[in-house]
Amino acid sequence: MPVTVKTFQALSEAASALSSDRAARYLGGGTLVMRDLNEGDVSIATVVRATDRALQGIDAAGARVRVGAGVTFARVLAERDLAFLHPAARSIGGPAVRNMGTVGGNLFAPAPFGDFTVALLALDGMVSLQGGFGLRDVPLEEFLQSRDRHAGALVVAVSCIRPASADAFRYRKIARIKPKGGSVITLAAHLPQSGGRVTGARIALGSMAPTAIRAKAAERALEGRPLDASAIGAAAGAAGEGTAPTDNSLASAWYRREVVGVHLRRLLSGQES
Amino acid sequence: MAKTPLQFRHNGRDVALFVDGGTNLLVVLREMLGDVTPKFGCGQGGCGACTVLIDGEAHLSCLTLAEAVEGRAVETLDGIKTGPNLHPLQRAFAEGFAAQCGYCTPGMLMAAKALLDRNPQPSREQVVEAISGNICRCTGYEPIINAVLAAASSRASA
Repeated sequence: MPVTVKTFQALSEAASALSSDRAARYLGGGTLVMRDLNEGDVSIATVVRATDRALQGIDAAGARVRVGAGVTFARVLAERDLAFLHPAARSIGGPAVRNMGTVGGNLFAPAPFGDFTVALLALDGMVSLQGGFGLRDVPLEEFLQSRDRHAGALVVAVSCIRPASADAFRYRKIARIKPKGGSVITLAAHLPQSGGRVTGARIALGSMAPTAIRAKAAERALEGRPLDASAIGAAAGAAGEGTAPTDNSLASAWYRREVVGVHLRRLLSGQES
Repeated sequence: MAKTPLQFRHNGRDVALFVDGGTNLLVVLREMLGDVTPKFGCGQGGCGACTVLIDGEAHLSCLTLAEAVEGRAVETLDGIKTGPNLHPLQRAFAEGFAAQCGYCTPGMLMAAKALLDRNPQPSREQVVEAISGNICRCTGYEPIINAVLAAASSRASA
């Protein structure tokens, strides 16, 4: 069924169009919305697009990097200053999907997708939203918990911290088909250390709940301890706490709960998956 | 509902037409322009059968909003041969038995062309990565990978 396509230059106008029409969806790279249109989703009556160049900006100069919502994964991979995000970007789709899929759209990708968001969540991600209220920043964790309530707002950019060292950030996607495929489990861990002890660990999991979530019990198990076998064992044992995986064609919820600790142990130990 | 005017370059030729809102590029190519080389597979971005090049980059035409190619260059399998001469990739696929049922072949060829256009001498690993978004249920992929490498070699020695 034909839909109305509205294209705006200004983000504020696009946000207004989005918030004033419950049947409007924002179209970024197309990998989510066009899929729904192809499947005949009649809940979509209007497609909103924005051409503002702010959506394409990358600011990787500071301790927090900011990436426009319209930046594709191919562009992330082409940006040397975003090297710490390359493993996450590379784990998404094939080249064509990476030429289309955007950082902003990934925030809305349902499990078993949304792998880039897992990495951002472990890196203290923030989401910049343009709405009728103006521009505001929301912690990614809060955004994901109330994603449906933000349906009328336009994601302009995401930001995250730059890991202090290459070893401080680890990412791994467990998939049955390599190099592409939906996620069985996706894991990301940011492990800053001070005086040989972990301080402020953030561990994020994908495909272990409807959206990416933090493994807070595992984070607590590492806090203030050296990253040794004992601490890693405690974190692995707590990895499943607070998770709510579902069954799908890639893995059952039971299997995901059984192996999440195994994969977290391997990630933290630096072992191959 | 009003139709939207759309102009873009299709295999080196300027085209202009009117499309319904929400129409995807694959429908425009196949049903409005009669270019049936890109195939409809899954409609979800999972199979790669509809792969085309937009401004030289591989895209999935079934997930591309038609309006998004306004003013851009779209290249399909229909446009890669030169006169009667097949593209080196097409020759290598034919000679290397890289097609069985053939349904994935247009998407595979365009994904491979996107690779060779920017990296004329790829490694085997790079070929595997380049076609990783394209599903083939017949060949087991090995003849396809070998054909892409053979095409790269033939171009290097030409």
